[in-house]
Amino acid sequence: MSSFFKLDNLVMQFGGLTAVNGFSLELRPGELVGLIGPNGAGKTTVFNMITGVYPPTSGTIHWLGQDLTGMPLHRITARGIARTFQNIRLFTDMSVLENVMVSFHQKIRAGFWSAMLGLPAYVREDQRIHREAMDYLQELGLAHVAEEKAGSLPYGRQRRLEIARALATQPKVLLLDEPAAGMNPQETMELANLVRELRDRHELTIFLIEHDMKFVMGLVERIKVLDYGTTIAEGTPAEIQGNPEVIKAYLGAPKHA
Amino acid sequence: MAKSQRHLLLNLAGILLVFLVLLLFERHGSLYQVRILNNMAIFITLAVSYNLVNGICGLLHLGPNAFITIGAYTSALLTMTANEKMMNFIIEPLIWPLSVVHAPFVLSLLAGGLLASLFAFLISFPVLRVRGDYLAIVTLGFGEVVRVLCNAFQSVTNGPLGLKGLSPYTNLWWTWGVAIFTIAVTTKLVNSSYGRAMKAIREDETAARAMGIDPFKHLLLAFLVSAFFSGVAGGLLAHLITTISPTLFTFFFTFNLLIIIVVGGLGSTTGAVLGAALFAWGGEALRVVESPIDLGFLRIPGIPGMRMVIFSIILMGVIIFARRGMMGRSEFSWDALWARLHRPAR
Repeated sequence: MSSFFKLDNLVMQFGGLTAVNGFSLELRPGELVGLIGPNGAGKTTVFNMITGVYPPTSGTIHWLGQDLTGMPLHRITARGIARTFQNIRLFTDMSVLENVMVSFHQKIRAGFWSAMLGLPAYVREDQRIHREAMDYLQELGLAHVAEEKAGSLPYGRQRRLEIARALATQPKVLLLDEPAAGMNPQETMELANLVRELRDRHELTIFLIEHDMKFVMGLVERIKVLDYGTTIAEGTPAEIQGNPEVIKAYLGAPKHA
Repeated sequence: MAKSQRHLLLNLAGILLVFLVLLLFERHGSLYQVRILNNMAIFITLAVSYNLVNGICGLLHLGPNAFITIGAYTSALLTMTANEKMMNFIIEPLIWPLSVVHAPFVLSLLAGGLLASLFAFLISFPVLRVRGDYLAIVTLGFGEVVRVLCNAFQSVTNGPLGLKGLSPYTNLWWTWGVAIFTIAVTTKLVNSSYGRAMKAIREDETAARAMGIDPFKHLLLAFLVSAFFSGVAGGLLAHLITTISPTLFTFFFTFNLLIIIVVGGLGSTTGAVLGAALFAWGGEALRVVESPIDLGFLRIPGIPGMRMVIFSIILMGVIIFARRGMMGRSEFSWDALWARLHRPAR
């Protein structure tokens, strides 16, 4: 079997700035992997390259034997890689339910004319989408706010809605960009349990960026550490916690070494 | 299910009511009133289809006058008889197949719509590559290009002389029939899964793409539908005023449509309908202010152009006090009407 998901030596340059320099990673099915690093280390850029927001300057992305390098974002999603955004990007003026229903559109079988004429095939499909979208909202504890505007939700729920929306594209790999940002310790703990549950229930492989060390260390099986675009360490949470390079990147070099 | 059936019945009843009112005006109304109603329906068609691109998809498209021009000329050239064409094209004769083709009014309207859509398809490749201000500039450019070409291609459009003496085929049934059909199709589209995708693109294009939606495909769809109805409305307009020339379709035409949908509420079909109706009716009602007024102690001579001043003031008022227009993004619904009627009076 060819590799499941493989990033090989990804480089991203913006003009003279090298944001990411040679990022490689291989994910195994069902894994939970974390990507950490100080601000500006290039973590989100890695996500943006994987999902085709920016095509990488060099390097390749392989997924189930296919080359995804440089493929546009919407086609990558269609192949089963979904993501959330660090700065929440909901469809704020649409209802919570509609936000999730949008994710089903890419797989809609009924054509435009069928939708316009209101043919039974389309009506049935729309009802199914409605039902399944509600199921996802139920799963993330948002069913009771389904009719509210997404923009009016409190912060923690907006983060959950981002995850619900990404899940509804029915991905095999889920990329979470700082899912716990701005959450209190209680919410963070709940989120960690939720992520684990979602992985098991939907047979996902999860790759996540996070700043909250407690959250990452308790959740993931493997960590990559990025600093100034370069991978400085990788290993299990225990190995990373004791790694002097990582401590230096986060806290600066001790004065009396 | 029972609810949607009830809504269908109410919608049909509403349409029936509109047609009864139209019948009343056709029998007993003055020519002037009928003319205003025709204008109103044409503006409703134009505003609703323009709103699909600007309000629902969130593109600042400034070239609907191109689609309207193409619809108007296509439809006019198809309904004119060979003899009428000969009388019109006195400087340069009309080129062959156009000089002999002749089609009934319905077909000419359809052809106008389809040709406008074809034009929209061709320009969509450069237009939909850009967004925001850039898209506004590109579409504005195409709007001007079409107008200038109409002036230049004398052997097709008769240039600045325009086309005169078209048969006045347009009547209340045509204009309102098309308007209601446009509203029905647009509403159906907006409320479908395709419409949801369009709104998602408006809200956040990157996020929409991350949910697997191809922006080009959906924006093109909206563009084609919008152009089709604009083209048909152009054909109706041509056969209402019976004289068309390139000066009719300047950027001012687009600007009026933009005012209509902004005042109505960008993104609301109901708002587009209300805005268009107010514009068509208000434009006539405000003629009063242009006639001399005698207040006894003060005499104001008639000032031509006063209407536009008042229009501008209304527009400024809307922008300052109701920035999202009359309707915002909400739509008329029977349920909301029902709830309002049954709310206990305070």
